[in-house]
Formats: sequence, C-alpha cells, structure tokens
Amino acid sequence: MNNPNSYRTGPDEEGRFGIFGGRFVAETLMPLVLAVEKAYGEAKADPAYRAEFDDLLEHYVGRPSPLYYAERLTGHLKGAKIYFKRDELNHTGAHKINHAIGQILLANRMGKTRIIAETGAGQHGVATATVAARFGLPCTVFMGARDMERQAPNVFRMKLLGADVRPVTSGSATLKDAMNEALRDWVSNVEDTFYIIGTVAGPHPYPQMVRDFQSVIGQEAREQIMKAEGRLPDTLVACIGGGSNAIGLFYPFLDDKNVELIAVEAAGHGIDTKAHAASIAGGRPGVLHGNRTYLLQDEDGQIQEAHSISAGLDYPGIGPEHSWLHSVGRVHYTSATDREALDAFQLCAELEGILPALEPSHALAEVIKIAPQKPKDHLLIMNLCGRGDKDIFTVADALGVEL
Amino acid sequence: MSRGSDRIEKRFAALRQEGRAGFVVFVTAGDPDRDTSYRLIAALPAAGADIIELGMPFTDPMADGPAIQASSLRALKNGMTLKKTLALVADFRKSDHTTPIVLMGYFNPIYSYGVTAFIRDALAAGVDGLIVVDLPPEEDDELCRPALDAGLPFIRLATPTTDEERLPSVVKNTAGFLYYVSVTGITGGKSGAAADIRTAVARLREQTELPIAVGFGIKTPEQAVEIAKVADAAVVGSAVVNLIADNLDDGGKPSAVLTDKVLDFVSNLAEAIRAARSGERE
Repeated sequence: MNNPNSYRTGPDEEGRFGIFGGRFVAETLMPLVLAVEKAYGEAKADPAYRAEFDDLLEHYVGRPSPLYYAERLTGHLKGAKIYFKRDELNHTGAHKINHAIGQILLANRMGKTRIIAETGAGQHGVATATVAARFGLPCTVFMGARDMERQAPNVFRMKLLGADVRPVTSGSATLKDAMNEALRDWVSNVEDTFYIIGTVAGPHPYPQMVRDFQSVIGQEAREQIMKAEGRLPDTLVACIGGGSNAIGLFYPFLDDKNVELIAVEAAGHGIDTKAHAASIAGGRPGVLHGNRTYLLQDEDGQIQEAHSISAGLDYPGIGPEHSWLHSVGRVHYTSATDREALDAFQLCAELEGILPALEPSHALAEVIKIAPQKPKDHLLIMNLCGRGDKDIFTVADALGVEL
Repeated sequence: MSRGSDRIEKRFAALRQEGRAGFVVFVTAGDPDRDTSYRLIAALPAAGADIIELGMPFTDPMADGPAIQASSLRALKNGMTLKKTLALVADFRKSDHTTPIVLMGYFNPIYSYGVTAFIRDALAAGVDGLIVVDLPPEEDDELCRPALDAGLPFIRLATPTTDEERLPSVVKNTAGFLYYVSVTGITGGKSGAAADIRTAVARLREQTELPIAVGFGIKTPEQAVEIAKVADAAVVGSAVVNLIADNLDDGGKPSAVLTDKVLDFVSNLAEAIRAARSGERE
C-alpha cells in the first residue's frame, strides 16, 4: 500500500481505503446502504444530476468562494504568503452546504420523502435544514443536548428553517451520540428516510460521496491559485474533525506530490490530557459508525468522549480516507489546543476583519506556527471553512466576557 | 485450541422432541454489577431459559434502544470489560454444562481484543455462538469466517429489509440458529405483527434448515406465545433489562428483590412459551 501510483483511486469495491472504511452496519441498514451506493453510482454518471448540483452551488450557495490573499496576516507573520479559501462566505456560513445539496439531490432521485441528519456545531444541521426547506422535505436533526447549549444560535436557526431538532441525552450528549440516534432513526424508518451524513465518515459510500461533493473546494482553489500566482501552492492547511473540509481541499491535490498537506486535529486541553479530540494523535484503529478508522478508545475498545472548544471537531473518530492518508504518509496530521485556536480566532478578527469559526481557527493556529518559518514566496492556502458568528458566545465565555 | 460445542444443536434437538419452542433470554454481562449479573445468569436455566444471550457491553450500541444501551452503560460503569465477560461465562460453565450461551454485541471491543485471541478465549470459556450486530455478510472476513473455521457458530440476523436477493448470502455462513429481527427498528421498540412474522419465518425456512429464533419487541407472555407458535425460539431482551433498571436504587445499587423479580418474569414467560403449542396438538 506504500507509495501508490495515485492517491485518488480509493475506495475499492468494498468501500475500503487500505484497511480503513467498509460497511460495518446492522443487517437492517445493509440493503439501504447498498441502495444508496447504487443510486450514487447512477447519479454520478448522469450529466443532468451534475448540472443541477453545479447550478445550485453557483446560484444558491454562491460558489465559487473567493481565494483571498490575507495580506495583513502575511505581513504580521513575516513568512509564507497566506491565502484563505473563503468557504465561510457560502450560504449558511460553512462548507457543509456543499455535501448537503449533493445528498438531498440523491434523496430526491431515490424518491425518499424524509430527511434526517446529525449535527455537532450545528453547521451541518443548518445546512441540512436549509436544503430540506429548499426542497420541501420534512427534516429531523439529532443534536447532543450539550451541543445544543453551546450552539444555541444554530439551534434556533434550524427551527426557523422548519427542522425538528431532537436533543440527544444518551452517552456524552455530543456528536457521536447524535450519530447513534440518527442511525437508530434510520433503522426504524428505512422505507421513506434518507440520512444526510455530515462528514466523510459512516458506511461506504458516504465517505466517498461526501468527499466528491466537497472536492469542489480544492478544484476551485487550484484554478484560483493558478490564476493568481501562475503555479500550484506549496502548502495546504485545514482543520479536521471528521474531515470533510480537509478532504474537500486536499483531494484534487493528492497526486501533486510537491504540495504539502497539513490537517489540524483539535487538541482540546492538550494531547497528553484525556480532554482532546485528536483521533490520529491519541487514538488507534477501531470500528464505529459503519467504518474502520482511528478512534479514541480505551484498552477494552470502549469509545471515549472527545473534548474540544469547537463542537464541530468534538468527535472521537475521523473519516476513513484520512486514516489511510495518515497510514501512507501523504497528509501530515498535527493538532492545536483550545487556547491556540482562541488566540488565532482573535488575531484573525483583529488583522483581517474576519471572524473565523472555532473549527478553522485550529487550522489558523497551525498557520501561525509554520508561516514564519517559510520563505516569502511560499504559497500557503488555508481552508476558512466556516464563519465564527455562531461561536461568539463560546468565545466570550472562554475570554471571561459577559454579554 | 478447544473446538466449538454442540450445545446449541443438542438444545434445539431436545426442544423438537418436546414439541415446543425455545426461550432465549437476553441480559447484559455485568448489569448492574458483576456479582448480581452472575447470580442472575446462573439462575436463568432453572427459571426456564433454554438459551442465554449475553450482551457484551459497548458504549455505542447503535442498533439497540435506550433500555439495552442503558444496561451496557451500567455494566461499563461498574468496571465490566470483554475479558471479564468471558470470565463470567467460564464461571457459569463450572456448574452448567448444557445451557448454550451466545454472546451478543458490537465489533469494536472484539477487534480491540484481537479476533484470534477472542475466538480462542471464547471457546475456552464455553461460549457457544456469536451475534455481532455490525458485521453484515459483506464483512464476513473480519470475524465470521475465522470463527466458523474455529468451530464457533456465527449467528446472523435476518430482518424485514433482507430481500430475496440478500437472503442466501445472509444464510450462507450462519450456524447454530438464525435470528429473525421481527421489526425494522431498534431493540425494545414496537413489536412485529404476528401474521407478518409467520410469513417471514416461512420464507426463511425455504432458505435454511437452521432453527429460527425471533426477537425484538417481545414484552408480554401473550406476544411470546404468538412467536412460539411459529418460530423455533422466542428472544426476550429489553423487557428483562428494563426490569433490572426498575429495581435499582438511586445510587444504581440492586434492590434485594431484583433477582427474584427478574426470575419471576422469566418463569412466567417460560411457562407461556412451554404451553404455547399445546392447544394446537389437541
């Protein structure tokens, strides 16, 4: 598996990226997962499906998102030339809308009449509620009760969009438990329901499907940097929870071996504490939510709770393709703590007039670390995959400010 | 390495002789704690359980309802592990050599334990079969084939969504018995309609000679009787586990009557199942 000719051939027919991925689901769901795989295969081959997807991305989402030269940040860090891929300017404020549109179009093709989703920070929930409203389908979003508290604005947003937001109180009451509940709902409503998964995880074909929809980020970035600089970038940086924005930016560059790829996990209070969400740095391969991947777990194989100040990264696993890209060494996985992300958040606000979401603030923390060590002609693109409006209460709380 | 037992086969042969359906009772290993759990399991055969389905606790039991998830979390909180689950079976086997024990759970703890080591230790402990919910036929290489090769039956779930096309692959590497999940849903939820179950069991019988157990959503003796009339065994889980939950104090400690209450409930169901087909023979 080392040094493959191309890093873009996965998954195989069993939905595997090396040993990672697969279809570890209950028999009740298996026929449905196979039906989704078949429908997606047919949709991909249908130019009309692609055309509708592209049209909605352009006119509804507002793509392409700009590639923005962060001039003041570059001047401040005195090193690499820093660009932001501004997916936070998308309709609904994050990259999640890209795969929500792709999946709801597929749900339509399959004749499904009810949508369910899980959400952590609420960005995927908002994106799903949005497309469900746009297509006139009832939508139920499962959200950890704890996440509902720290992301109250997004909860209200989803309700305004007509979604039924169900608090999940089981387990740690965060994203993994919301995903358990969504899978339980799906098992109980297989006939009419389509599950719009919010990241590049879950049983095959979800990791592949979500990656394909998100790849628009990297495709645009590639064209935009060629236009701006006349050459490919030297480094790409993205934050990673499940890994949808990271794979979206990286995928079109995987075979450009001179492009360095860096994914930043959430280190919470620190990798050496138990309170983090860094599956690669602090986990090992296991099986959860339909796929084999790196997971935070104890010696007995029990899943551990993740911690991050960012609800969107607060998941004890990672997409299986990332586990594979880690195992073959194509992508470098590193991490940033809550504190580092908060500092990056504030710096970005002050220097660039942009409030980044706490998720990409982790990516920015890595940029702050590495940019000064690079020469001035080093081109760096960071995926600014979400806006920070939803996080102002969390940030205020962390900074000890009363609103 | 010890080979698999023939306890499941013998039990179903005996049931056929008696002309009645079997009763499979589910409890989670270590729920609410190791000692209470052992006392309960040891007493289940005398209360009328023909087969014991023992849950291997897991933090994220995605196909199970709140009752079984809560029982898993109770057991884990009190220190249960997969290793201790196997030790519990070994202890049970010291005094019971005939009642089959089937382990039910999810793949990750087994994967973490190591598949080869797990199969070896499960056989040595006296386990008679495995039900691993998140391993469909598509993932047979992970555990199903190695277990079958070692003589440890891998018991498959068939569901209402298992269509004609899939059924042969579902039945293919199954041994011991086939477990029909009577509803599309999670454990402890709604129960299947008797007529639908009758049709489904008939459909399964065309594809397999194995005994067919039916479960999911059975809560009362009446429901158990309906199942016992058409299937080779009825499985009751969430209702038993709920009774454990109902007999804990605020600190999660078992009340003095917990074991008696659970065993009374099991006895009542067992009696109903034993009598289920007697009317038909007259």
